[in-house]
Amino acid sequence: MRKESLLNAALLVVLLAFPLWAWFVDEPFLITLTTRAIVFAIAGIGLNFALGFGGLVSLGHAAFFGLGGYVVGVLAFHAQTYTPLMEWPFAIGGTKSMPVTWLTAIVLSTVLAFAIGALSLRTTGVYFIMITLAFAQMLFYFTISWSTYGGEDGLSLYVRNGFPGLNTMDPIQFFAICYVILLIVLFIVFSISRSSFGLALGASRQNEERIQAVGQVPFRLYLTAFAISGAITGLAGALFADLNRFVSPTMFSWQTSGEIMVFVILGGVGRVFGPVAGAVLFILLEHTLGGLSEFWHIYLGAVLLGVVLFARGGLYGMIAGREVAHD
Amino acid sequence: MSLLLFIEQALNGLQFGVMLFLMAAGLTLVFGVMGLINLAHGSLYMVGAFAAAAVAAATGSFLLALVASFVCAAFAGVLIEFFVIRRLYDRDHLDQVLATFALILIFSEGTRWTFGSFPLFLDKPDWLSGTVMLPFGIEYSLYRLVIILVGLIVAASLFWMIARTRIGIRIRAGENDREMIGALGVNISLLYTFVFALGAALAGLAGALIGAIQSVQVGMGEPVLILAFVVIVIGGIGSIKGALIGAILVGLTDTLGRSLLPALFGLFLEPSSATSLGASLSSMSIYLLMIGVLLFRPKGLFGGV
Amino acid sequence: MTEPILDIRGVSKSFGALKASNNVSIDLRAGEIHALIGPNGAGKSTLIKQIAGGLMPDSGSVHFDGRDITVLSTPARARLGMGRTFQISSLAMEYTVLQNAIVGALGHRGDVFRFFRPVMKDADLLATARDALGQVGLEDFHNFRTSELSHGQRRQLEVAVALTLSPKVFLMDEPMAGLGTEGSHRLMDFLDQLRHKAPILLVEHDMDAVFTLADRISVLVYGEIIATGSVDEIRSNPTVQSAYLGEEAEA
Repeated sequence: MRKESLLNAALLVVLLAFPLWAWFVDEPFLITLTTRAIVFAIAGIGLNFALGFGGLVSLGHAAFFGLGGYVVGVLAFHAQTYTPLMEWPFAIGGTKSMPVTWLTAIVLSTVLAFAIGALSLRTTGVYFIMITLAFAQMLFYFTISWSTYGGEDGLSLYVRNGFPGLNTMDPIQFFAICYVILLIVLFIVFSISRSSFGLALGASRQNEERIQAVGQVPFRLYLTAFAISGAITGLAGALFADLNRFVSPTMFSWQTSGEIMVFVILGGVGRVFGPVAGAVLFILLEHTLGGLSEFWHIYLGAVLLGVVLFARGGLYGMIAGREVAHD
Repeated sequence: MSLLLFIEQALNGLQFGVMLFLMAAGLTLVFGVMGLINLAHGSLYMVGAFAAAAVAAATGSFLLALVASFVCAAFAGVLIEFFVIRRLYDRDHLDQVLATFALILIFSEGTRWTFGSFPLFLDKPDWLSGTVMLPFGIEYSLYRLVIILVGLIVAASLFWMIARTRIGIRIRAGENDREMIGALGVNISLLYTFVFALGAALAGLAGALIGAIQSVQVGMGEPVLILAFVVIVIGGIGSIKGALIGAILVGLTDTLGRSLLPALFGLFLEPSSATSLGASLSSMSIYLLMIGVLLFRPKGLFGGV
Repeated sequence: MTEPILDIRGVSKSFGALKASNNVSIDLRAGEIHALIGPNGAGKSTLIKQIAGGLMPDSGSVHFDGRDITVLSTPARARLGMGRTFQISSLAMEYTVLQNAIVGALGHRGDVFRFFRPVMKDADLLATARDALGQVGLEDFHNFRTSELSHGQRRQLEVAVALTLSPKVFLMDEPMAGLGTEGSHRLMDFLDQLRHKAPILLVEHDMDAVFTLADRISVLVYGEIIATGSVDEIRSNPTVQSAYLGEEAEA
């Protein structure tokens, strides 16, 4: 087995074994910590789809993360207050059902990503980076000033949303839900990376002239990739809201976009499992360095700087070496 | 809204605009000459503000504080250029974004470590307090008026430097053709360090000037940084003229949007929803402006073809 | 005489004061190799771009297979059956040789928006890609990363990718450039046969290749076609000699 596959398998095993051990020794905090890593991983997998596979450097993925979160927050808010979300043209109430909120988050994030992508993909390079950042900032300021849903203070969920047949307030059960979702997302992304679309998208990233000369339009490939990417990050945002039982405009902030990018880079750009490794590493750093000093972001910055300057390819690049072309 | 209030708001917008220009000038020069996208520019703004606050607290002199902001930010600029930034010139934008994001983390936490989390206060000196009477009976804050003047003087000096001096010729040569300035025998790495330090110094000065109106705290740089990015994207990355026009456009749109939109909605909505809708829309207005500009000119107003 | 498959009618394109294409007419008929030659800066690349897409002529029109394609994009033209090779190899460098060929076959088949079936296990695409690689003699290199190929091999791969499109015409921009003697002879033999599958518009600097292969030659100088004709006609054309071939002989 190749080193990369070994590393993938090891990550999945550790992500499962560690919380089970924590459950066994009754350390719910560690279970929640792992769940957090998984949610971040999913957000990173989403960004990686645009960034790594499509070469689209989006500094605005907080838009989708935040939207996913606010879908959960707003629907729960209406369910908690027994107020309708809207009465016209048809009545829609809030809900506290996880599957329904996730689906809504995915659909709305896809729509938002289509809109943002369709406008942003007219530009390239730095302009693309900036315009995606601007869209996220726009939503950030919008939620801050949207007092109906808490404005700057955000929204709280009194109890965690429900999932049929499970007690989501139990950390290990909520972990299990997130772990399964991670597996599904990984499977989907892995399949796409080996599909016709994945091949064409990668070709377009490497050489637009080439993909045009064989009759395909790069813009359509990029826009589809951006929409898929937004949908996945949006789902992660929804899970993040479920995890914390709280959403706030911070989810839309540019630091969030930066952090999602950090997960991708720490792990390794363009690898299906890269963001998983990156998110785990991030949580590890946060936990260990955070224990050393309340100013742990200094060390995080130094590590990140080191990775960018000296260890391109992230953790996967260091351990598994250059990516092997698969066929 | 009365005409007087409108003029006052327009002046505030202009003041905000020239401050954004001080930030944007460095960003756009660094991008134009070195092809670098620098997220840590906001940190240099913060460094300037903290340096000014510390020096003002120690010496009581506002002028010394301004000098300190300029010098310290330039020094910080030289430092990070030497150790980090120059390794990034040949990298792709993604690496630049990440490395400078890392610098923000280091600067912000480092400052918090040194100065604590509480905001510092930088008071404007007595001789700049109070108001002045402008023609047509407009009463306006002296300090803000001085900021406008300082900003315009800096802008004029920059234009002069780029158009008329030897270093300006080299900067323009660098924007057009990086190979060529090497061929001209210019010491490129010195030129790059100078351009970066100049941009840093201007950002630091802006931080100090604004620090006297708002509070000096960690994280103050990033909102301004993002606005400065909006400015240079609107103006066309690499263009100083674009940065000036973009900065004033953004300054006016933001300030006037904040004061006019709620009033405008107040004409046909009940007051509370008019206020909240107006606030939401005005906070989004500059981004809408930017998106609008990019849709029609994907490389900004004064960007190359 | 057969209808031309590719017909460029009076195309002009200016950049400021520079007339890069000045009322250029050139056509391509079934079974032929039509060579386009001219000194550097004559406007060959500009003309190719107007034919393959990516640059709109200021006036004039481009007709392909009986329809006006002047306003069509590059991908649309490729789908109609234009197989193009680039002057500077334009390939997905991180991909293997086989993957590049599959990209061509997939682009031609058109169903890129499939998300779940592994594309590298698609028997149809594999057959097309392997066949094309075999034709240019790259079958043994299918597992090589493209960036590891020699310059000449990349040129061969360019041709192979164009082959996967089963095009109605080939537009080849200096396919011999940088190939050794042996390499160019092999490619010449190959193109000699290929013309019977689909005609080739060949931009080439290698005069030996042009004179050996071409059925017709057009000479482009300062954006204008100064002569079109058979090899012998062009060789003996006094205008061409003074404007181009003479120059070349002196150099």
